[in-house]
Amino acid sequence: MVLQMSSATSTRRAPLLTIYATLVFIFIYVPVVVLILYSFNRDGVGGFPPRHFTLDWYRQLFGDGPVWDALLNSLIVATGSVVLALILGLLAALALDRATFPGKALFRRLVLLPLILPGIITGLSLLMFAVLAGFQRSLILVFFGHATALISVATTELFAGLQKLDRSQEEASLDLGATPWQTFWRITLPNLKLSLIAAGLLIFTLSMDEIAVTFFLIGSENTLPQEIWSRLRQGITPEINAISTLIFAVSVVLIVIWYRVRTRGLGAEAQELLDRA
Amino acid sequence: MNSSVASLAQAAAPADGLLLEVRGVAKRFGVRDVLRDISLNIASGEFITLLGESGSGKTTLLRLVAGFEQPTAGEIWMGGERLDTLPPYKRRVNTVFQHYALFPHLSVRDNVAYGLRVKKTATSEIGSRVEEALRMVKMQEFAESRPSKLSGGQQQRVALARALVNRPLLLLLDEPLSALDANLRKQMQSELKALQRELGITFLFVTHDQEEAMALSDRIALLRNGALEQIASPREIYAHPATAYTAQFIGQTNLLRGEIRGGIANCGVLRWPLDVPDSLAIFSLRPEAIRLCDGGVRQNDEAKFRASIRQQLYGGASELLEVDCGAGQLLRVRISAREPLSGEHEFVFSIADAIRVQE
Amino acid sequence: MYSRAYKTLVSMPPLLWVGLFLLLPYALMFAHSFWTVQDGVVVHQWNLHNYAALLSKPVYLEVLLRTMRIAASVTICSLLLGYPLAYYLSFRAGARKELLYQLVIVPLWVSYLVRGYAWKTILGSEGVLNGFLQYLHITHKPVAFLLYSPFAVVLVLTHIYTPFVFLPIYAALEHIPRPLVEASEDLGASSVQTFLRVILPLSMPGLLAGATFAFVLSLGDFLAPLLVGGASGTMIANVVQSLFGAAYDWPLGAAISACILILIVSLLFLTERLEKRWSFK
Repeated sequence: MVLQMSSATSTRRAPLLTIYATLVFIFIYVPVVVLILYSFNRDGVGGFPPRHFTLDWYRQLFGDGPVWDALLNSLIVATGSVVLALILGLLAALALDRATFPGKALFRRLVLLPLILPGIITGLSLLMFAVLAGFQRSLILVFFGHATALISVATTELFAGLQKLDRSQEEASLDLGATPWQTFWRITLPNLKLSLIAAGLLIFTLSMDEIAVTFFLIGSENTLPQEIWSRLRQGITPEINAISTLIFAVSVVLIVIWYRVRTRGLGAEAQELLDRA
Repeated sequence: MNSSVASLAQAAAPADGLLLEVRGVAKRFGVRDVLRDISLNIASGEFITLLGESGSGKTTLLRLVAGFEQPTAGEIWMGGERLDTLPPYKRRVNTVFQHYALFPHLSVRDNVAYGLRVKKTATSEIGSRVEEALRMVKMQEFAESRPSKLSGGQQQRVALARALVNRPLLLLLDEPLSALDANLRKQMQSELKALQRELGITFLFVTHDQEEAMALSDRIALLRNGALEQIASPREIYAHPATAYTAQFIGQTNLLRGEIRGGIANCGVLRWPLDVPDSLAIFSLRPEAIRLCDGGVRQNDEAKFRASIRQQLYGGASELLEVDCGAGQLLRVRISAREPLSGEHEFVFSIADAIRVQE
Repeated sequence: MYSRAYKTLVSMPPLLWVGLFLLLPYALMFAHSFWTVQDGVVVHQWNLHNYAALLSKPVYLEVLLRTMRIAASVTICSLLLGYPLAYYLSFRAGARKELLYQLVIVPLWVSYLVRGYAWKTILGSEGVLNGFLQYLHITHKPVAFLLYSPFAVVLVLTHIYTPFVFLPIYAALEHIPRPLVEASEDLGASSVQTFLRVILPLSMPGLLAGATFAFVLSLGDFLAPLLVGGASGTMIANVVQSLFGAAYDWPLGAAISACILILIVSLLFLTERLEKRWSFK
């Protein structure tokens, strides 16, 4: 098979564009770099240039109780959201892929709506619902909010995975005597493994960072973003830089894993296509 | 020759002679040498085919002429001027792509007009030239359609019109018929040949199908592993292959390996007089050169042998026999169709038909 | 191939959940917009007072217009930054394309809050940028407008949404078969002509998707104004937020939210039609 070899177009010099692209890159990274730099700055945030390296802010962070409580809350909510959103999202994806029912178009749009709507609208709607139903603002409510909003992420990712699935595999399974239930567990689900992991990672990260919906549903216990937010209202301290740097580091690791999972999936599929050709 | 075709042929090459010179061109991708020291000349008005397997370098050579790659070494000249230093959009060369590469967001008419619009041709002129190009490929009634609504054969014609409307000095065709089914292919082959004859534009055609190459070309350039194996007219290359590879790639053949000793060529069971110095030798003997001659007399310039028929493949107009000469030597013989045969028979061939080839 | 039971089993739970926790809440919000509040309590009496208030008091329209201006600026800036970046990666980056792509999406996953906070520390009078400028003796006093202004809001939101705009554009560009680009050059078009006539039209769906995303989310943003907007950088979502907070008037807040929702849904509808028209198989 002839490779898609790099044509002259893709490697021709384009100096202006390269400079511009580099500047955009710098723009995207400047705040992150500044954040990390100043988390080690003894004289706090602001001023230039940063002198006097110190780990004090990190030390302060580690002794800061409320932050760790908030982190724990966030982790609980995020994990719960992953489980619930994946289950409902999987069912929704299957429904969209395989079933027809009245109102399907409306359903599809509704499921995807929280993705595109500003968080404030979804958050307020859920708040009004909660009040009417007699629920208090609390962490549990936040969990419901996250899970509901993030079903859309799960649905999108899993639907794409289902589309890539070779229908004849399921047909072969049924042909060989397996029931639909068995086929689901032995064929469908394993094929969706990569989509599930990718979706799960994405939902986890989004839930950990979620602030808009959380803002309106939170009770007395804080999630991590909420905690950072209330600190910010009181003023700037480099401790926040320290937290942020750590969050950034973890996010980077997660996203690299997510990306590897996704592209390895693509690599395996491409290999299959080649083998079949 | 009708007027539409005449005006397209107008802008053809400098009067008779050399159009394209490839001088010592080589191309390397990473550590792979895809093309090694290729030199060939293309005369204006000829239909020349680059033939070879995948990986032979034929498509790369085409892309070098089109301008999508740069040679690692060597030069390409066209019409007396340096070509390889020019970007694609400055070359008077146009390409018909393997999967047509029609612009999906433009109608057929706009696709064909693209090259003219981009060079700021006068609007009045564009209209008439597009019309005549569409007429030439018989796609006038589809002028307003989108490419996605057309069949493969129709898309191919549009791609052809889009390239030719620009009156290029050289038209490159990158396996344009490979995506079509067998019958459509044959039809398009004959249309392409007729078109090239009428227009007189030089065609550089790439294919892996040797039958196609033989049917269409004035000359065939056979490429193997990035080097030119042989370059000759179809008749010449069929009748006088230079190497064993060529003999086997083009048409079918029997490769007879043996030696020449004391004026006799010995290849397994077969032997015939050959007045050349002693050496090892390989001969190519085409299946159709061998005839049945049970009970016939052998002439002086012929060689005879006995063999038993192992297989008989009926092919409508002819039969292909697989015969065993003994000691495991198998040969293929092509004869005109007749009733099924079996057992041992006598065969004969002219000595002159056993062509000596290089390894 | 799928039995009735299978299909029902599969569609029921998400349908129910989404109906209960999405459809119902959104509907409730609409309902609230037709009620009023008296003496600190919501009165379930149907009327159009809230909408009348919105139309009659100019302050709401002002804020809405400012918000739309900001959202438009953010969209345009994000496109100006994101499109060339996507083009560079897709067509000019060669072997480094994969790595650069990962580098672009990494900041996407860093918390919104964190990035907003970072800009706050950069733009303030005691901030990094001012310190930098003074260090180089370019200025001698802190530059004021950098923080607590619409400018700051646009800056922060552009920073947040440029990668979001980049993603669908990059995907659309990658989808363009390279032979089309070669064909265009073969026919005599220069790089610029090829871009304008072939690449740009074929990337329209991606561009539209990215732009819609940036505009819609900027429209409803309330965090950036709170962080860096100050008094002059307030946006419509902040008004809503305060109506649900200190300035207790849920029905009015719901009315504004309903308006935003309708605006957004109409926009989505419009762009979906456009996307269909401009997508070519």
